[in-house]
Amino acid sequence: MTTMSDPQRGSFRLSMLLNDTRYRSYTFQFIALLLLIALMAFLGINLVRNLAEAGLNISYDFLGVPAGYDINQTLIDYNSQSSNLRAAVVGIINTLLVAFLACLTATVIGVIAGVARLSKNWLVSKLMSVYVEIFRNIPVLIWILMIYTLMTAVLPAPNAFRGDNATSSMVFDAFAFTNRGVYIPAPVWGPGSMLVVATFILSIAAIFFYRRYAVKLLFETGRLLPTGWPTLAILIVPTLLMFFIMGSPIGLEMPELKGFNFKGGIQIGAPLIALWLALSVYTGAFIAENVRAGIQAISKGQTEAASSLGLRPKRVMNLVVLPQALRVIIPPLISQYLNITKNSSLAIAVGYADITATLGGITLNQTGRAIECVLLLMLFYLTISLSISAIMNVYNNNVSLKER
Amino acid sequence: MSDTHAHTVTYVRETMLPQSAPPSTAQGPVKWLRESLFSSIPYTILTLASLYVIYVVLAGFLPWLLGGVWNTSNIRECRDVLDGAAGGCFSVLSERWNQLLFGIAYPQDGYWRPTLAFVLLFVAIAPVLFSSAPRKLLVVTAVYPFVAFWLIWGGSLLVPLAALVSVGVGYTVYSKLVKTSFAAGLAGGIVAAAVIWTILGFITPSLSGFLALEEVVSRNMGGFMLNMILGVICVSLSLPLGILLALGRQSRLPIIKMICVVFIEFIRGVPLITLLFVANVVLAYFLPPGTNFDLILRVIIMITMFASAYIAEVIRGGLAALPRGQYEGAESLGLDYAQSMRLIILPQALKISIPGIVNVAVGLFKDTTLVSIISMFDLVGMIRGPILASTDWNGVYWELWGFAALLFFVVCYGISQYSQWLERQLQTDHH
Repeated sequence: MTTMSDPQRGSFRLSMLLNDTRYRSYTFQFIALLLLIALMAFLGINLVRNLAEAGLNISYDFLGVPAGYDINQTLIDYNSQSSNLRAAVVGIINTLLVAFLACLTATVIGVIAGVARLSKNWLVSKLMSVYVEIFRNIPVLIWILMIYTLMTAVLPAPNAFRGDNATSSMVFDAFAFTNRGVYIPAPVWGPGSMLVVATFILSIAAIFFYRRYAVKLLFETGRLLPTGWPTLAILIVPTLLMFFIMGSPIGLEMPELKGFNFKGGIQIGAPLIALWLALSVYTGAFIAENVRAGIQAISKGQTEAASSLGLRPKRVMNLVVLPQALRVIIPPLISQYLNITKNSSLAIAVGYADITATLGGITLNQTGRAIECVLLLMLFYLTISLSISAIMNVYNNNVSLKER
Repeated sequence: MSDTHAHTVTYVRETMLPQSAPPSTAQGPVKWLRESLFSSIPYTILTLASLYVIYVVLAGFLPWLLGGVWNTSNIRECRDVLDGAAGGCFSVLSERWNQLLFGIAYPQDGYWRPTLAFVLLFVAIAPVLFSSAPRKLLVVTAVYPFVAFWLIWGGSLLVPLAALVSVGVGYTVYSKLVKTSFAAGLAGGIVAAAVIWTILGFITPSLSGFLALEEVVSRNMGGFMLNMILGVICVSLSLPLGILLALGRQSRLPIIKMICVVFIEFIRGVPLITLLFVANVVLAYFLPPGTNFDLILRVIIMITMFASAYIAEVIRGGLAALPRGQYEGAESLGLDYAQSMRLIILPQALKISIPGIVNVAVGLFKDTTLVSIISMFDLVGMIRGPILASTDWNGVYWELWGFAALLFFVVCYGISQYSQWLERQLQTDHH
């Protein structure tokens, strides 16, 4: 027996590196490693030679130099004397802003469209299929450019709102849709407004605790507390009370037409809106498909079994179908969020100052630091992608079916 | 018994009544309307709202489409003809048709070349897409890349012919040697192809006039043709690369696995536009000084890498979905790694992966529009640049964007319908 399983020792021949499965894997890996090192060395040597020839070096000093360009939409203080680093931070915040907004609206659109596509109403389900097919099959760049065109070429200029015979008027005297962007009222935070906000946050926490208590009570005693109207009440009543107790500290600053442009309020620039809307409707179509697939993945037997237990249709949905469907829906949903974040880099096509447009666009062109800029850009997107996929892995491990 | 009954019952029906039709509200279109459109009050409201939406869209769209003007030479003339009536200036499409399809700089008398290549594409992919197509067409598929290259880029036919001969010889050597060992076959094939290519390389320059078409440099490609070129080339190149990456990621060899994982995760983590920046401004730093790749080739490399990482993930899913018994079965038959992958695992894994691969292909084709951002003049680039910026057509937005959207929709919708059809064809399990 031993003569069959034990290889003869001390008889290693070179040909065994190729023919013996025990050594062959090492040979292949060694070759692969050598090739990789050779490739890296080739690229590295070329890089060094090219840089030397052009008289350049790799340096990140340009980040501290004043950027010298203006950014039209910023959430933090920025002017053209701020550093390139600050411009990049503005870009990062803008990327996160549009990605966050688009994720929210895309989810809403996608869930509505996905559920409506399964509706028994023939017209609605057909209409939603048309929406999904049209938006999925046309490049998002074309959608962004189309909506941007709509914003800039079709909406009226601010001076159309002027005079007695103005051709355009503001909606509710609060919203102005112009070709320079949409103007909305801005909240004015008076003294004591923090208390109102704190109350609001506390009531959200209270809702959470109330619902947990209701579930606990249900499981322990079988008594069913109502959750619908108490939730609404807890959400609204304390905040409203606090609002009036403090003497209405939060006001609204309405946009007003002054001179040739609107002043006051918040201006949401046309590029941001174009990007936001386009990403929402485009990704919404994909999310609709995920939602539909998730709901359809739950076998009819589950619904029927739940109904035969005597659950009402709403409870069948909430207690049986949705928890199972969410497990199918959420992983592709999160990768759609990732896609939104990556697709927001198309901002550069409409001039929205996201990280690609500031760091990878103007800063790169002005300083000529191509390698550094692109490297930082990739690093940013990699960080976001990898952290989101890490979260997703944790989630998947938590919800995956525990088998055997 | 029956007698007594016969006396007590005065009338017994002896034949069945003919079935009467259901009430008019429970059959035909009325029933359908009631059940699928007006079954309850909320549904009725939804239906009416949908009808209103459809009306609004059509009321805006149809007059624009039907009242369109097709034969004016610029936007002012078009607006004069329309004279305030609703209608689109579709004459921008007829006037700039060639630019939209082929770009600005492609030689005008050579438009038949990409058109012919496009038509031949259908002949070449037919046997790949439809198993019912005659198998002999596969010869066209094998020859197509070389013919298409010659047609689109021009130059002497000898260059692609030499490439074809070397690939053919390489394949012959491979199929002779693969019976002994896959690695030997692969190495032998590559060496043979390289040798033949080098030998032919000495002959072809002297005969450069042989069947030569006018040469077109890559930067003169444009319009929808550029999207098609990028899409077709990158999808076909990224498929084999994606398979290799997927196998590498599944491999038991830690170093190879690590290389593949890092590559895939890196590529999937960054947007395509940053990779295009790399192609545009960074890649030149990493190549030997003096090398001058043209931009289209750099872009093809980058998009191929991008797509192959996504295809690798799709195929990895297919590999993971195969039952372990298939792997063990292949091993117990005594097949080595290459044989078991080639003959047992991949055919099944690829079949499962087809819908995902098609999705990646559709996404990739849509993403070819991104090259307009690094100032290449594909369809979107043509519209944004030369056409909308010209004084003749400045302001004709919707006709142009609608046309671009329509072209992409037709291609992408067609591909996804094909994939659904194929899924139904390949379904071998019974429900």
